[in-house]
Amino acid sequence: MVITDSIATFGKYCLFIKRIFTFPDRWHVFFNRTIAEISKLGIDSIPLVIIISLFIGAVITIQMQLNIMSPLIPSYSVGLATREIILLEFSSSILCLILAGKVGSNIASEIGTMRVTEQIDALEIMGVNSANYLVLPKIVAFILFMPVLVVFCMGTSLIGGYLIALFTDMIPVSKYIYGIQTLFNEWYVWYGLIKSLVFAFIISSVASFFGYYVKGGALEVGKSSTNAVVTSSILILLFDVILTKLLLQ
Amino acid sequence: MIQVKNVNKSFDDKTILHSVDATFYDGKTNLIIGQSGSGKTVLMKSIVGLVTPEEGEILYDGRDLLQMDSKQKKELRKEIGMLFQGSALFDSETVLGNVMFPLVMFTNMTQAEMRDRALFCIERVNLKGADKKYPSELSGGMQKRVAIARAIAMNPKYLFCDEPNSGLDPKTSILIDELLSDITHEYNMTTIINTHDMNSVLGIGENIIFLNKGHREWVGDMSQIYTSDNQPLNDFVFATDLFQEVKNFISSKR
Repeated sequence: MVITDSIATFGKYCLFIKRIFTFPDRWHVFFNRTIAEISKLGIDSIPLVIIISLFIGAVITIQMQLNIMSPLIPSYSVGLATREIILLEFSSSILCLILAGKVGSNIASEIGTMRVTEQIDALEIMGVNSANYLVLPKIVAFILFMPVLVVFCMGTSLIGGYLIALFTDMIPVSKYIYGIQTLFNEWYVWYGLIKSLVFAFIISSVASFFGYYVKGGALEVGKSSTNAVVTSSILILLFDVILTKLLLQ
Repeated sequence: MIQVKNVNKSFDDKTILHSVDATFYDGKTNLIIGQSGSGKTVLMKSIVGLVTPEEGEILYDGRDLLQMDSKQKKELRKEIGMLFQGSALFDSETVLGNVMFPLVMFTNMTQAEMRDRALFCIERVNLKGADKKYPSELSGGMQKRVAIARAIAMNPKYLFCDEPNSGLDPKTSILIDELLSDITHEYNMTTIINTHDMNSVLGIGENIIFLNKGHREWVGDMSQIYTSDNQPLNDFVFATDLFQEVKNFISSKR
């Protein structure tokens, strides 16, 4: 029963995606909506990204210092390990898990509320492809802006580590800066960015799907929002494994 | 004119509409009435295409909705305006933005022309000066009037209203009824109103279809209701003492 339900839901999701990816009725409306969504989903997320990245970058640096403290390991390794963790996993996967909560719930509740208040029916009655009109700008905007958030996250996390080096005596600043530059592999940045694009699509499309097909009232909108976050988080973890295998091996 | 022929609709083995036949005329306020759960909303959603019946025909001036492809449906929908029970205004748009929305999406008017048309519609529903307000700043009655303005912005041939008086006080309900009736006659639209408000039934019902447990039970106009001997209709319309008194008074005058 669970398997057939899952297959049915996946089929419904595929049909939903097909409805989304059609040409917009009015390109200028699509463009304006995309700009508005970049502001709402992307720019409004920057403060959260900065705060989280700064603290997590600092914590990773402290933990690296405490865990690899050995006379046999050079002290610049703290910066190197911090950088690798941030580039490979934190700035893409962990950040997207956090954004799945913020952006995913925002999208699911917004579209879900439009569904239960008949605003989506109103669009359909007018002859507007509601899935395309409402969801495509969100997906495009989030995918376009996600690399910006990831780069912000990478930079701010490294600054978080730098502040630890600057204000504590755990690691000399010069060693930290040397560490974050040593053995730098540019591909790791691209790897993080590529993963984040896939995760951005998962977050925006899955959250839209749960919101779009909500039935009932306020209670169901809340449930759909929770389901959207849980499902997109699981999918992010799943695709993290797949993409890591594909891109890093 | 919209004709509904032999429409059947079920949900999960429960039949909601049983071979419903109905005709809705141009330039008239056509009312679908019935108790809660009688199938009014399902019938209206079937007519506008939000629900697909298992059987039957829905003819818009001879064009069968159920035989149309998606392109034809899209064209037809430009001829349809709909007023939803909860108004269904877009929260993020102002009154002007809401009324302009269908014009932006489906016409090639200039910005100035769209604005003029939208302001005309806003004035037509007596909301002059409210164009910059957001739906959350309006009362229920004003929201309904904005929804009417949006519905008529494209000058539709067919206007659908789902419970236009729900949640409104009697005085505002009468204003909304009068507005719908006036607009219908002014633009010669085929207006279908789904209601269980007796003031509407007895005030503006020019063609009334009474649904009972998914069956079309009775058809007539507001004057015929007083003399009908259809028991389910009488039980529904004259359920309150007040309307029973009205019926007795009118019967004694005849």
